[in-house]
Amino acid sequence: MLRLPRFGVQTPDTLEDAVAALAQPGARLVAGGTDILPNLKHRLDQPPVLVSLSRVASLREIREEDGNLVIGAGVTLTEIAEHDRVRALFPSVAYAAGVIASPLIRNMGTLGGNVNLDTRCRYVNQTHFWRTAIGGCLKSEGDVCHVVPKGRICVAAMSSDLVPVLGSLGSTLVNQGPDGPRELPLLDYYGADGTAHIKREPGEVTREVRIPLPSTPTRARYAKWTVRKSIDFPLVSVAINVQLASDSVDAEVTGVSVVVGVLGSKPRVVTRLDEVIGRKLSDATVAHTVATRVHAQCKPLENVPYEAPYRRQMIRVFAQRAIEEMVAEG
Amino acid sequence: MSEHDEPMPTHETGGHVGGVHRKVDAMERMRGVTRYTDDLKLPRMLHAKIKRSPHPHAKILSIDASAALAMPGVHAVITGRDLPTPYGIIPWTPDETALCVEKALYVGDGIACVAADDEDTAIEALEKIDVKYEVLEPLYDPEQALERRDNQINPYSRKGNLSKKVLLEFGDIDGTLEQSDLVVEGDYFFEGTTHAAIEPHCAVAHVEPSGVLTVWSATQVSHYLHRELAKVLDMPANRIRVIQPPLGGAFGGKSEPFDLEFCVAKLALMTGRPVKLLYTREEVFYSHRGRHPMKMKYRTGFTKDGKITAVDAFTILDGGAYSSFGLVTTYYSGQLLCAPYGFDAYRFHSRRAYTNKPACGPKRGHGSVQPRFAIECQIDKAAEQLGLDPIDMRLHNDIGPNAQTVNEFRVGSNGFSECLRRVRASSSWDAKRKELPYGRGLGVAGSTYISGTNYPIYPNDMPQAAVQITLDRSGRARVFSGANDIGQGSNTMLAVIAGNELGLPLEHIRVLSADTDLCPVDLGAYSSRITLMVGNACLEAAQKLRRQVTTAVGKRWDVPRKRVTLADGQAIDREDPERNVPLAEAFQWAEADEGLLSATGSYNTPKDRHGDYRGGTIGASPAYSFTAHVAEVDVDRSTGIVDVKTIWVAHDCGRALSRKIVEGQMEGSAYMGFAEAIMEQHIVDPGHNGVHPGPSLLDYRLPTFLDTPDLEALIVESPDAQGPYGAKEAGEGPLHPSIPAIANAIYDAVGVRMDSLPFTPPRVLAAIEARAAREKAGELEPHKPTLGGAQETA
Repeated sequence: MLRLPRFGVQTPDTLEDAVAALAQPGARLVAGGTDILPNLKHRLDQPPVLVSLSRVASLREIREEDGNLVIGAGVTLTEIAEHDRVRALFPSVAYAAGVIASPLIRNMGTLGGNVNLDTRCRYVNQTHFWRTAIGGCLKSEGDVCHVVPKGRICVAAMSSDLVPVLGSLGSTLVNQGPDGPRELPLLDYYGADGTAHIKREPGEVTREVRIPLPSTPTRARYAKWTVRKSIDFPLVSVAINVQLASDSVDAEVTGVSVVVGVLGSKPRVVTRLDEVIGRKLSDATVAHTVATRVHAQCKPLENVPYEAPYRRQMIRVFAQRAIEEMVAEG
Repeated sequence: MSEHDEPMPTHETGGHVGGVHRKVDAMERMRGVTRYTDDLKLPRMLHAKIKRSPHPHAKILSIDASAALAMPGVHAVITGRDLPTPYGIIPWTPDETALCVEKALYVGDGIACVAADDEDTAIEALEKIDVKYEVLEPLYDPEQALERRDNQINPYSRKGNLSKKVLLEFGDIDGTLEQSDLVVEGDYFFEGTTHAAIEPHCAVAHVEPSGVLTVWSATQVSHYLHRELAKVLDMPANRIRVIQPPLGGAFGGKSEPFDLEFCVAKLALMTGRPVKLLYTREEVFYSHRGRHPMKMKYRTGFTKDGKITAVDAFTILDGGAYSSFGLVTTYYSGQLLCAPYGFDAYRFHSRRAYTNKPACGPKRGHGSVQPRFAIECQIDKAAEQLGLDPIDMRLHNDIGPNAQTVNEFRVGSNGFSECLRRVRASSSWDAKRKELPYGRGLGVAGSTYISGTNYPIYPNDMPQAAVQITLDRSGRARVFSGANDIGQGSNTMLAVIAGNELGLPLEHIRVLSADTDLCPVDLGAYSSRITLMVGNACLEAAQKLRRQVTTAVGKRWDVPRKRVTLADGQAIDREDPERNVPLAEAFQWAEADEGLLSATGSYNTPKDRHGDYRGGTIGASPAYSFTAHVAEVDVDRSTGIVDVKTIWVAHDCGRALSRKIVEGQMEGSAYMGFAEAIMEQHIVDPGHNGVHPGPSLLDYRLPTFLDTPDLEALIVESPDAQGPYGAKEAGEGPLHPSIPAIANAIYDAVGVRMDSLPFTPPRVLAAIEARAAREKAGELEPHKPTLGGAQETA
């Protein structure tokens, strides 16, 4: 069995105390631990102290406020997947939360942990011994990239299932720092460098995600493909949110947002989708056009353990099917 | 998930045989209180870790452990030079040492071992051991390795990188092929796979004040481990005791000694303290000994009515860094192919190469799962070309009972045709196969497997198996057996046989197994030998005791011994069942008459069931099991994803001694074959220094419950004169047909031949697209044109 390195653990009761504890040099947050603990076993970091958010009760709420559904960062993935209001308002969010990893991991993992999930790479998420055999890389003990051999920027993959979905719904993220809360569009939180892909300011703790309540009828879907039906990180990850003129798949599309994960270190927002606006969602050209744009703009890399050309082909297939399934469901 | 449409067989005595039993260790396992090797904690126990090579091929120039030894809490460091005696599970190929002496041969090869107060200290100490290497050119491709005489991988090899070569020929192969109506030629590749038992290897060693060394190990071959420990440690075997605690799976992955067992023993001897070593999951992947990758080129001849005339097989085995069981694997790659189908001419040419990879060895269905994939696909191709039904064609070729194979093995009972009939009926093959639309398909495959090997690994004339049973005054039987229960249920099998003969309920039987101080020698859990061999030995011992007990009771009742039967915890007068006595009392009468009630039984194999040619004993078995599978698949033409819906598994195990356990073995085998067909790849990455690309259970993908098809176990019983109550094996045979049945079902579904494993979505999709292109160019007719096959792919 792999051993954890030695570290101290603190379990503050309030968000303020958590923010204060995080100010200690090298301190890292544990918000469920299903990502950081395996990474520590792999010696990707050796923090002197871990600050656990498990006792911060204020992070565990789901509420509606100012036209948003607000989900606290400490809410578990299982709770999101099973929550009545989440399921009613944002079925793609509930679905995505419910297909993360496995039931046991969803019971431990939280929203905050998931949106802050570290990027992943086949050359990084291995033991220290294994990485020594290949000489390390930009994100570990070395100075090369094994995915893009001459690359100078790490391209480890943003592998959260929830980020594309929450992004497709126009969510914002609220981080609590020493100087108070900071709200920003969720998709602006991610950057292209896989070694530091989130723009979390020093001392900040993610407090909540705010999803704007839809102002028009919508259809939303998350398409995930992995080799296995449980446990795996996504290999294909496409979130689609369509706004409609009325509550029918035969109604005109008034807006569409597509966000794709597991490419590089940040989610990709698919552009040039305007031409489907005004068409009926049930018009077969909508699914085809969206899938074509997705395919043209999304280029998976060999960063996660699966063939990239196949993943690229599948992003198109799964994007198209997602819209066809929306139509079929009515 | 099984059907019970057959009448339960009736039995002479006891009533256990053929029943459904709770495994003797089931409750403690379910409650989580079983003590596995890693649960053992001894006072003052040290923890050991092994430093491993980060290079796939390197000469060791120097090892400096002084900084590690200077650390507080570090007690000892050993290197290859402390245990320099080469060993090997096959006595003719001793080509490995406990730790590398001169060279490291793959990424993960063991270099040095530290014993420290705790694991964390040991891990820190590994970092402080300074090893200087001269990196050598690694060879990953077996064919390339065979050609490179200038770069010998294993220093103990006598023939460069050729680990073993076998060429055997029976009948006029070239002439027969020439006269055949149809010759199917095919190239197949079977990717390597590993066992992935949930329990990692673990060993604990302790030196008693008397000087006796005890080694507890998660092994499936305690006896062979005992012998190799004596050899490598240069200690008499009578001062070593090996105990196998309950095991968390093995599947062939624990069937030879590993570095950790020698290391803990040596460190315990050096430090005078108990030492434990538990592998990480990554180390389990490196220790491997899993299924060999095989590249196979087959030519198979047929008459126009579908009779197989000749098989010509050319095989390259990728052996990895060490021999392991490779000598046997190389024979098995050809020797086990000559049933269930009879044919008159056969040639196989197999070569095993050393490469700079984790060593391959035996995995469930050792050596014969790969050639079975090739031959069953060949037969499917022939059936299509000849316009025959694939099940009819297999029935037509069944070698039948009491037959001799072309390579001179004698087959006793044979339920293969019945297996085919059962899967045909249960899968609704005849009706369904005509109607399934494009994308859906059914495939069939058959196989045979051995119930133990005719000869032990080291030549000797002693019994292959022995059991001792004692009865005591409380009405209890104790069964002492050297056999390793690895989860297959062998301890329960022994309780069923002893209970059946002695009329005891299973809870009154204690099976004490796999402890070399307490138990008679058994060779271990490999080649599906235990039910037949150890079962026969147990039956003999139990029958001797039954005779003693019934004699004593008959004497008390003044009736002939044969009027007394033992059943339901009582001795009963057959002619006057009102007259009975509890078995405890009957045992006391017998003990008064005879002294301590103890009997032994032993088993050795018949020596007239194989050929006299060199190699003719390898692969020969007292009895052969037979299996047929039908798989139903749903292939997504746009993604290449193969969804295996159901596998019907019919298996002739001779006689099912314990039905649920047999069904469990059948389902578990079919699952394992399915996993190899669809997902598994145990490989190294030549582009990245020969590392295993994913030595973890996240990256080495095994199917979850959600991915697993429905598995329908159909027990077929064709009792064999060689087996106890007619029983043959059930633990490995039922794996074989899964893979070719799925391959053949994929062809039935979408018209593409998957001749390389695994059938991953990118490969299946590429094959579908290649076929579509040929259809478009007019080179091929659409597959299943009237059932949707001509549609454009999405």
